[in-house]
Amino acid sequence: VTTEAILTRNFGRADAHTLAAYLETGGYTAWPKAQAMEPAAITDEVKRSNLRGLGGAGFPTGTKWGFIPKTHTGPVYLVINADEGEPGTFKDRYLLERDPHALIEGMLIAARAIRSATAFVYIRGEYVEPWRRFVGAVREAYDAGYLGRGFDIVVHRGAGAYICGEETGLISSLEGKKGWPKVKPPFPAIKGAFGMPTIVNNVETICHVSHILNRGAAWFASLGTKTQGGTRIYSVSGRVKRPGIYEASVAITLRQLVYDLAGGVTGNGRLKAVVPGGSSAPILRADEIDVTLDVDGLRNAGTMAGSAGVIVMDETVSIPEALVVVARFYAHESCGQCTPCRESTGWIYKMSHRIVDGHGTKDDLDKILDVARRGAGTTICAFYDGAVGPYISYIEKFRAEFEALIPT
Amino acid sequence: VSPSTLAFSEAQLVEVRRLQGLYPDPRGALLPVLDMAQETFGYVSLEAEEYVAGLFGLSPAHVHEVVTFYTLYFQKPKGRHVVAVCHNLSCHLAGARTIVEHLKARLGVDVGETTDDGRVTLLSVECLCACERAPMMQVDDRYEFDLTPPRVDAILEGLR
Repeated sequence: VTTEAILTRNFGRADAHTLAAYLETGGYTAWPKAQAMEPAAITDEVKRSNLRGLGGAGFPTGTKWGFIPKTHTGPVYLVINADEGEPGTFKDRYLLERDPHALIEGMLIAARAIRSATAFVYIRGEYVEPWRRFVGAVREAYDAGYLGRGFDIVVHRGAGAYICGEETGLISSLEGKKGWPKVKPPFPAIKGAFGMPTIVNNVETICHVSHILNRGAAWFASLGTKTQGGTRIYSVSGRVKRPGIYEASVAITLRQLVYDLAGGVTGNGRLKAVVPGGSSAPILRADEIDVTLDVDGLRNAGTMAGSAGVIVMDETVSIPEALVVVARFYAHESCGQCTPCRESTGWIYKMSHRIVDGHGTKDDLDKILDVARRGAGTTICAFYDGAVGPYISYIEKFRAEFEALIPT
Repeated sequence: VSPSTLAFSEAQLVEVRRLQGLYPDPRGALLPVLDMAQETFGYVSLEAEEYVAGLFGLSPAHVHEVVTFYTLYFQKPKGRHVVAVCHNLSCHLAGARTIVEHLKARLGVDVGETTDDGRVTLLSVECLCACERAPMMQVDDRYEFDLTPPRVDAILEGLR
């Protein structure tokens, strides 16, 4: 499987964020190709590439673009989700800081495909340096004439809320409201930002687009599995020798990523568990890491690829303590709109906390599992289902460790 | 602060109108204008919310709902510097708790509080997405990585 640096090829250059460096390394050569293509042909090429969304949901990108109603005559918006916030994930921060023109070129192409004249880039408020770098690149792109000729980019900063990474929560926030997700349908492609058809794509997803046009859909598809093309950027952290970002095929296995690329396990050196796709992905035990990291490979393994944030835990890590940390996060970030999520995230945090404090009761574990399962699938957005992943998997896979903390 | 003393300059009002013009519906500019308000007035008081609401023709209640939803708006005065330690999973695995305890002891405040001299507000926050260099924290606009107690002391030394 390939570990060719495609998205990350310029990351080693100190000037990688500049227009000069981007042009020197083949930048803005896909855009003229796209200009010579019919919009539908661009979408078809992306469909054939098997590019799937890399923000978390893994939806086929070309298919999403195809949902824009053909008969619509008003504005269409392209929205870039740069509200990176999934615990364990940091790839978009690198892309914004080190290759912002790759995002701009991808946006030009995507906007042509969906016939959009205006795009919004929603960057989380805490990302100050990535925002500065991206704004600098947008300015360069205007000065050079790539932007402002039928396509404009508005850079919008978030104000601190994980839920705004959910695409309809993001749209609410962009509209000047609290970031409450919206009931679907209608999906954003039909009625999105400001009531208009809208495509929301992740930063990394769009950064792939110029390479697909330059090197062809067949090449991109060949880098991955049957159902997902390309490479992606894995964010690896936790108890590994070399934490960092690693670009590799979506067909690489979790074992290869942890041991071959990230150098293996620290702590006591023995692997206990890995979270494969950001904190919302169900945890895998040490004996479950011979799985490919593509969307379908991890789904078949009972977890998810998510945002490819890989968190490694050695045997000395307390899983109950990890659950408290994760449960605190979901309790804090629940937007409060749906009752099952608002209430369950708070109660599960409290219950997991008291177990770790030595005040748990023997019913607590089953109660957490019961509360978690009852709420799953009942809410407006996927946030609560994302919380349920760790609640259930941590307890089911490491139950004895929890039970050992409960007084008899 | 009485409402009458709370106002943007003429240049800022021009910027407000420019921001409002960037969105199909001017209220899309609410978050960036609240950022301006916080930067100008120090924090987003109820008076500031009312003032901003007036610039958008929105009810103060709508603006209050927005301000209270997001973590980056301060509803009371904050320190000259904000130190926000990540306490999420990867930072937890790298010892974030020790860093928070060290900061509490050094600053003499609890999480969520500001030092008596108004120098530093200490926060403990969710994932800032710099897990590869955990434990980490945000100090005003900067990310500070690979924290150890001595490294934290050196950073605090630089905050006036």
